[in-house]
Amino acid sequence: MSTTPPDPERELPDTHYLNATYGAGIRSWLLTTDHKRIALLYLASVTVFFFIGGVFATLIRIHLLTPGGALVSPETYNKLFTMHGVAMIFFFLIPSIPAVLGNFLIPIMIGAKDLAFPRINLLSWYLYIIGGAFVLYSFSTGGLDTGWTFYTPLSSIYSNSAVTPAVIGIFINGFSSILTGLNFVVTIHTMRAPGMTWFRLPLFVWAHYATSLVMILGTPVVAITLLLAALERIFHLGFFNPALGGDPILFQHLFWFYSHPAVYIMVLPAMGVVSEIIPTFARKPIFGYSFIAGSSIAIAVIGFFVWAHHMFVTGESTYAALAFSFLSYLVAIPSAVKVFNWTATLYKGSISWHAPMLYALGFIGLFTIGGLTGLFLACLGLDIHIHDTYFVVAHFHYIMVGGAVMGYVGGLHFWWPKITGRLYPKGLSEFAAVVLFIGFNLTFFPQFILGYLGMPRRYHNYPPEFQVLNVLSTAGASILAVGYLLPMLYLIWSMRYGKIAGPNPWPATGLEWKTDSPPPTENFHVTPVVDWEPYDYKNRPDLGLAGSRPLAPAHGND
Amino acid sequence: MVFITAVCVFFAAGITLAIIYFFFKYHRKTPDAIGVATREDARLEAAWIIVPLILAMVMFSWGAVIYVDYRHTPADTLDIYVIGKQWMWKVQQPNGVKEINELHVPVGRNIRLTLASEDVIHDFFVPAFRVKMDVIPGNNHYNTMWFRPTKPGRYHFFCSQYCGTNHALMGGWVTVMEPTDYAAWLSGSGAGDNPVATGEKLFAEKACVTCHLSNGTGRAPSLNGMYGAQVLLADGTTVTADEAYIRESILQPNAKIVAGYAPLMPPYQGQLTEEQIIALTAYIKSLQSQPVPAKGSGVAPAGRAETGPATEKR
Repeated sequence: MSTTPPDPERELPDTHYLNATYGAGIRSWLLTTDHKRIALLYLASVTVFFFIGGVFATLIRIHLLTPGGALVSPETYNKLFTMHGVAMIFFFLIPSIPAVLGNFLIPIMIGAKDLAFPRINLLSWYLYIIGGAFVLYSFSTGGLDTGWTFYTPLSSIYSNSAVTPAVIGIFINGFSSILTGLNFVVTIHTMRAPGMTWFRLPLFVWAHYATSLVMILGTPVVAITLLLAALERIFHLGFFNPALGGDPILFQHLFWFYSHPAVYIMVLPAMGVVSEIIPTFARKPIFGYSFIAGSSIAIAVIGFFVWAHHMFVTGESTYAALAFSFLSYLVAIPSAVKVFNWTATLYKGSISWHAPMLYALGFIGLFTIGGLTGLFLACLGLDIHIHDTYFVVAHFHYIMVGGAVMGYVGGLHFWWPKITGRLYPKGLSEFAAVVLFIGFNLTFFPQFILGYLGMPRRYHNYPPEFQVLNVLSTAGASILAVGYLLPMLYLIWSMRYGKIAGPNPWPATGLEWKTDSPPPTENFHVTPVVDWEPYDYKNRPDLGLAGSRPLAPAHGND
Repeated sequence: MVFITAVCVFFAAGITLAIIYFFFKYHRKTPDAIGVATREDARLEAAWIIVPLILAMVMFSWGAVIYVDYRHTPADTLDIYVIGKQWMWKVQQPNGVKEINELHVPVGRNIRLTLASEDVIHDFFVPAFRVKMDVIPGNNHYNTMWFRPTKPGRYHFFCSQYCGTNHALMGGWVTVMEPTDYAAWLSGSGAGDNPVATGEKLFAEKACVTCHLSNGTGRAPSLNGMYGAQVLLADGTTVTADEAYIRESILQPNAKIVAGYAPLMPPYQGQLTEEQIIALTAYIKSLQSQPVPAKGSGVAPAGRAETGPATEKR
């Protein structure tokens, strides 16, 4: 009844998107409109920014080994953490999962040949590259020392660093994000294959739908805000500078109106990845499909109404603070619903030990800690103390690195066989996942304690009583670095030497696993028709697993 | 705090243990085995929406009570001014004694800090007291914070809002002293300029005195008894004459015009340091006990007739 175990003599399909003739050499990549090739362009470019941001992070952690600062001057330190934030947030985290995995997978997952607007998709990548070039220009001609938050009037008046090119770069990059979001929304609405109803969509697609809404509605606000800061800097127009009649707090409202929802741009897609991986490696339908899908939308909507929780000690009105604290607690609930449902999915599963599953379970653990510590920060009375300390730094790294980056790396491992047609070494990849998890916790858990003890953020030196925890954090960061470098090495190795994966190595239930690995340019040889429910293993004899049975009309559970 | 931590530890541990338990308990037995589909249960979903919601509301309420108390300054405070600038803190005690990167306070008193910035946003943070507040540059804005030290000692304070190059060096020490020691320290620190006297001098130097005649016959309203009172504005509304109002009226006089006066006063934006504004405010506050003239005052006590035909600025 089951088919053979993986056949070592498997071969790649004769023609697929990587070797199909589009034109000659490099032009076939730079002028491609194939969403899969564009995804790989993004993969290469976000990896470059991840590497740049990672080097800055390494220097920061080395510098903080001693209370007086071990490595660089105060000016340089301030530039390091600013550029780390800008590179990682705007040029790695925000595009990572949507522009790489989302771009590659959404059309295939819904049974389409491409995104709705393939040329606009390519334009998005070029906007990203142009924006990135401006930012790299800023980094290399004096750097940037305003903090990634660009608070005025420091950024608009007082900073002597290359603020203007960086702000222009982020402004341009914003349009890349907006266009990607539009492309996803239109594609999901109009290009689903026959039988792919809304409630048969993979949860990855639901998560990206919610993410796209945030991208479209939020990004224009931050783009305009940064433009106003740039105008104030260049032409001395008084928007935020009190000496010109502006209001510095206004900038914070506008900035966080986008930049808080941006956290959900980073983490919602990772939640989508986890919602694919867990049912695959537990081999059973996800628990509470509609609640997980609905909670993505709820997070996207409520996420727009919590921004001023970044501003509880700016002197904002007490009533505003009460409202924003209340709403911040509300947005925690849909996240909790997801965690409960993922955990319940494991119950009575048939669970296996593969790298993607380890990343997904690691995500749940780290995201849970990140989310729960958010409850401390949303609490008005506590936030007075821990606001702007290392507690905040630890909290958002648990969400963005423990959550979003774990999801991204886990997703890369999950779909790598689909993207490249090859498998990576099993044992080594599982080892790397464990190293990443341990290194991450060792790096960032001490920072919760540092923050609670009162160490403020963005300090190039610190009182000696904080040294032990800082050394611990730096030690963890060196383990974490190994956890990132290992996958980079063996994934590159596998592109040439990995075992041939075949169409569905795990096996998984999604439509993307019904086509070749790597897929053909048009994704499917014939337009697929979907006649199964999402994540259903019971009625899928084509997966070749014991316990599957042919789709029977009016079937019940168990 | 204990409650939040306990709830969070409970959930984090619960989720982690459940994952580990399921991971081993339901580990795949044969390579082609599939899991058993579990029936969805709306009651279970409802439970794990409602229970966390209730717990979250408890946390919210606890935090809200503390915050409202923190933002509501009690009446009997010892008022100290704190000015942040890149990258130092200037402190001024009520009698005018000045300190830099040091703050001396008596134990057991409610201390109110009035915070002003000369350049960018700073934040005054005393970890041991669990208090912080942003220090914001601007025309009509003073943030205040208060605390009540309970134990003599020396405590770190930091700038916790990133403010440029030497942000990390912008800190110092709060010294909490017994009241008698504090009094001795204050008198022994060389009498600083009395801020009221400094303010009175400035009031003359900056020509405020030429219009703001105390008997109410000037081109601007008398300031006697104004501090803390309700001031009637040209648009018919009233405003409480607090420190923020005085500050705004000095820097941008046209923002709020007193009823019956013309907008004649020049803005002092950029012409006064934060310390000078504080001194002027101290002087204006000292006029609180002076008799309010029957005519020529902005003060709007219940029933008082509107000031005469004079069409002048406060």
